[in-house]
Amino acid sequence: MLKSIHFNSQALAYLLVAPQVIITLVFFIWPAGQALYQSFLIEDAFGLGSEFVWFENFIYLFEDDYYGESFGRTALFSFLVAVISMSFALFLAGFAERVVRGGLFYKTLLIWPYAVAPVLAGALWVIMFDPSLGIITYFLKYFGIDWNYKLNGNQAMTLVVMAAAWKQVAYNFLFFLAGIHAIPKSMIEAAAIDGSGPVRRFWTIIFPLISPVTFFLLVINTVYAFFDTFGIIHVMTQGGPAKATEILVYKVYNDGFIGLDLGGSAAQSVILMFIVISLTVIQFRYIEKKVEYK
Amino acid sequence: MRFVKSLFSFSSALIIFCGGIAQAVTEVQWWHAMGGVNGERVDKISSDFNASQSQYKVVPVYKGNYTETMTAAIAAYRAKSQPHIVQVFEVGTATMMAAKGAVYPVEQVMKDSGEKFDKSDFLPAVISYYQTPEGELLSMPFNSSTPVLWYNADALKKAGVGVPITWAEMKSASEKLLASGMDCGFSFGWQSWVMVENYSAWHDLEIGTQENGFAGLDTKFSINNKNVKRILGQISDWSKKGIFKYGGRRGDSLSMFTNGECAMWMNSSAYYGSIKKQAKFNYAQSMLPLDTEASSSRQNSIIGGATLWVLKGHKSDDYKGVAKFMNYLSSPAVQAWWHQETGYVPITKSAYELSKSQGFYQSNPGTDTAIKQLNLNQPTPNSRGLRFGNFVQVRDIINEEMEAIWNGSKSSSNAMDAAAKRGDALLRKFERANK
Repeated sequence: MLKSIHFNSQALAYLLVAPQVIITLVFFIWPAGQALYQSFLIEDAFGLGSEFVWFENFIYLFEDDYYGESFGRTALFSFLVAVISMSFALFLAGFAERVVRGGLFYKTLLIWPYAVAPVLAGALWVIMFDPSLGIITYFLKYFGIDWNYKLNGNQAMTLVVMAAAWKQVAYNFLFFLAGIHAIPKSMIEAAAIDGSGPVRRFWTIIFPLISPVTFFLLVINTVYAFFDTFGIIHVMTQGGPAKATEILVYKVYNDGFIGLDLGGSAAQSVILMFIVISLTVIQFRYIEKKVEYK
Repeated sequence: MRFVKSLFSFSSALIIFCGGIAQAVTEVQWWHAMGGVNGERVDKISSDFNASQSQYKVVPVYKGNYTETMTAAIAAYRAKSQPHIVQVFEVGTATMMAAKGAVYPVEQVMKDSGEKFDKSDFLPAVISYYQTPEGELLSMPFNSSTPVLWYNADALKKAGVGVPITWAEMKSASEKLLASGMDCGFSFGWQSWVMVENYSAWHDLEIGTQENGFAGLDTKFSINNKNVKRILGQISDWSKKGIFKYGGRRGDSLSMFTNGECAMWMNSSAYYGSIKKQAKFNYAQSMLPLDTEASSSRQNSIIGGATLWVLKGHKSDDYKGVAKFMNYLSSPAVQAWWHQETGYVPITKSAYELSKSQGFYQSNPGTDTAIKQLNLNQPTPNSRGLRFGNFVQVRDIINEEMEAIWNGSKSSSNAMDAAAKRGDALLRKFERANK
């Protein structure tokens, strides 16, 4: 007879999961619920009087041209940041893997920017590109480029994309490097014996085999560009000039904390919340199955 | 060992005891937005007050720029940990006024605590901005300024031009300045305040309906009138020749004036301290130029800067300390000192008279430009000030649209129409939330 040990009461089981459940409730479900409730209210700044208006804040958002524009801008921004930072990281990881001498030194240097806080990363780029004091602005003048990101929206966008992508290269590099390391040497050596060169080996063996990593990073980078770039934008452009760099998360801040329109701001963060939820669902349910694992 | 232990417990008891004594002094929290040198001056005012008596202790806390300070105080109020006093800039006035349950009108604070308070000594141009329609003073004016025309006297002399009085002269003077080797004629900062709000008041033009918002929340912007559009359009044309150069929001363009790039700069009189420190040339201030196409005479300019608001929710004894401090702050000696150091206007007549008798204006010619501009004429409904809800956001909108003019992506007409339309939407939102 097989004796199975099991606990008489389920209480212990509940007790053991309780900390996790409580943390989730307090730090995730409760604030999310508050945001949801707030998004149905029109309220004055001090919270002295409020009116329950159902979906009026949302309707206002969808009728607001600037919100639609901010959506498009965020999509462009995230796409550029993800593509630029991932391709650079892959490029660097592909080469770092091949370095024989001093590999660790290079790898350490490449990982370094990840330790820089977004605000500091922004400040660094601002100092280099300041329209009147920046060293790079000075060089750009020789090429006849009139650099003033405080006035030119496209230049401002270019600048925040560069700063945000640069900051993320290190993180992506780390994952790509680990992914390449995990590929059995024998496969690459076999291909080499068969006469394929390094470039061909990269595209036909390494690149397909690290596709789970690539996909994972794509989601992470999109989420990064959506949310974590707030500090960079706050330091560099504050969403300006003329909203040229106001992505969704910055608009939430601007409307809520500067404009004190809490209902409208909460409605925007609820929409952002649904975007993240759907991104995560797509990651786990849909694409992850299609990605080839070894 | 035992001895050490008892010594330890004795000393910790002593610390607790002393801490108890320190607690007996009532603390008054003052959140402000004065960074840098002005922050040190705020600290000095507080510590001088603290040294003058032993009952109350004012604790000044720097909370970032004006917007950050105001939003921090509001967030703190919602979390029930608000300061006693918060410094709020003039564009936040409507928001603070609407928060009737949260704000303790300063005139009431003075009355309730039995402090002497002579409202008639305050300059009308300053306090009219912060009074209810019934005349009750809601917040204590602290640092008020008005935009003036700063000029590089050496550069003007070199180019052989006088100080411009009209906008036409601004252009001709700038052209001569450029010919004499300057990089740019003029620039300005706080552009919505200087070029839209003050430009309108200066020429007695309406900024918004309902007496610029003073008469009711159902107000609409009239900043898209033909005069504002014309002057901004002209300036945009001039910028192609270098007559005008845009240098960013707020005071960002200060360096363009102090490093000698631009010969003239329109911005707050309160840059006096910074210019005095940075400029390596002879500088002076003069009245804003008159746009003869908009009006034949000058009206008066309006103030900017900030006032101190008292927030409810503390013990009534604390407010006695607040009232005492407010009286100290607006005393002639403190005000005259503050005015002469910073370039902010003195808020009371007696502080103005004191500065006069001290000979400040004689030894520093032009430093009374701001106060003269404010008192030039009896304010009209168009030049008393403005009171619009959500104006912090509206200022940003105006900034954005003006930047679109400067970078050539919009005509001044389209930009100002868009600014008025977007601003009106926010006014309606404010009206809705503050019924």
